[in-house]
Amino acid sequence: MYAQMVKSTGTGVQSLDEMSPEDRAFQERIDAGEKIEPKDWMPDGYRKTLIRQIGQHAHSEIVGQLPEGNWITRAPTLERKAILLAKVQDEAGHGLYLYCAAETLGISRDEMTEMLLDGRMKYSSIFNYPTLTWADMGAVGWLVDGAAIMNQVPLQRTSFGPYSRAMIRVCKEESFHQRQGFDIMMKMAQGNTQQKAMAQDALNRFWYPALMMFGPSDKDSVHSAQSMAWKIKMNTNDELRQKFVDQTVPQAEYLGLTVPDENLKWNEEKGGYDFSEPDWEEFFEVIKGNGPCNTDRLAARNKAWDDGAWVREGMMAHAAKKRARKMAAE
Amino acid sequence: MVRDVSRDEAFYEFLLRMGDNTLILGHRVSEWCGHAPVLEEDIALANTALDMIGQTQMWLGLAAEVQGEGKTADDLAFLRDAWDFRNLLLVEMPNGDFGQTLMRQFLFDAWHVLQLRALTQSTDERVAAIAAKSVKEATYHLDRSAETVVALGDGSEESHARMQAALDYLYPYVGEMFLSDAVDTTLVEAGIAPDPASLRAEFDETLARVLGEATLTLPEARRARGGGRDGKMHTEHLGHLLTTMQWMQRAYPGATW
Repeated sequence: MYAQMVKSTGTGVQSLDEMSPEDRAFQERIDAGEKIEPKDWMPDGYRKTLIRQIGQHAHSEIVGQLPEGNWITRAPTLERKAILLAKVQDEAGHGLYLYCAAETLGISRDEMTEMLLDGRMKYSSIFNYPTLTWADMGAVGWLVDGAAIMNQVPLQRTSFGPYSRAMIRVCKEESFHQRQGFDIMMKMAQGNTQQKAMAQDALNRFWYPALMMFGPSDKDSVHSAQSMAWKIKMNTNDELRQKFVDQTVPQAEYLGLTVPDENLKWNEEKGGYDFSEPDWEEFFEVIKGNGPCNTDRLAARNKAWDDGAWVREGMMAHAAKKRARKMAAE
Repeated sequence: MVRDVSRDEAFYEFLLRMGDNTLILGHRVSEWCGHAPVLEEDIALANTALDMIGQTQMWLGLAAEVQGEGKTADDLAFLRDAWDFRNLLLVEMPNGDFGQTLMRQFLFDAWHVLQLRALTQSTDERVAAIAAKSVKEATYHLDRSAETVVALGDGSEESHARMQAALDYLYPYVGEMFLSDAVDTTLVEAGIAPDPASLRAEFDETLARVLGEATLTLPEARRARGGGRDGKMHTEHLGHLLTTMQWMQRAYPGATW
């Protein structure tokens, strides 16, 4: 759920009868469960919404390297260091195939990168929170990847072929990520007093930001309705958030940790937990750029891009020289 | 003055030399995570670091076993102080810019491949097995680092200048790879490891070929800077690296993670 509050274009979902013949044929393909491929005709709004959504997802994978990369050099054992490196490498790989999926819609990776760097495109709010102790590596894997999986598993069935295929690959790796996160939490929850305190503190800090990952309630949103009709969004935010809470609370109990919500209570009638909403005012501030780490995260990405300019230019210059030499030889 | 070194003592030192090289270089490379010039390089650097940490687990795991004090690879990685480390000075040098990181990697890989290839013939089966597994990774690392050195050396004016500066800065640390001491004498006699000096000719050939393609000039030979592989005088950089790397184990002694 690395895409939040993606705006679709248009003003609402039209009925089949209201649609143009092209739009109608397109919608009927989607309703029949067919996959849309890059060369197929598609409404402009479908293309634009997907670029926003996939781009935001890709950017989240890239920025998401930073809070975890923050602990690679301090990982407490060689094995933990290796696992964390593998995980962050996976995330960069996810970014790569998501950018490739977006590129099939007619936008380049460099264009998307520029839009991330100057703030025109967003990434998930969650990566604007700091990772302060080793337990945060556990919490990020367990809660953040756990929330991401909630959204990405249904997206394997999304209507756009390249996105669906990317999600299938991503999901395989994400479930490994979540397990390693839970494993870190378990080691710490069973550890000494300090380790237990660290684990609880990480849960306290990441619980509400993880709930925010699903975005505010969208049951009345025209954008979400359109995205759901196009099958580029498969569930409402509230459905996914409920599912996440229902799955995670027993895991927290198993770990002997306390979910920081006094209103958390099993509701027999609905067959799920009642729980407190996160502070949506905080969420909107983070989205606007006023979260704890927004400035640092974007500065780090901008620095990497700017410092790397000579490398990219050097590589291009070399490739051009090689081509020229080859031409001269022919 | 040649000190006699027992075979066990020499073997342990040798394993530290191998494992500390990959540990320290793996750590340095991992510092790049999320900050590389392009996404493909983020992936490649993480992958290189991961291979190095994997090799470290094997070398230091065997070192701990040979030492016979009930320690683990983690104990050796996280609970020794700088003077106990036996890595080449080259690998503890700071990352600098991307060019310096890749030049350091290339110089190391060019030696590492030769060393590992020779070690596949070691009389010690455990060493031969680790080397056989590692040499595949190291060969891939060398292909990649050499390719990058060529591309950036023979790239733009700026990339050429930066790569030349990186080579000039790092070259004095190359000589240490081929120095030998009493530990090496014992290892060579036991057929465990090659004489370091025996790798020099092929190393120089690789360097001449790659740097030629990269249009870079080998600096004038200067006195080899040693002190890493025998632990006599590391650079000031190592202590800071260890401060970060060992912090968790030092701050929470005895905790399991």
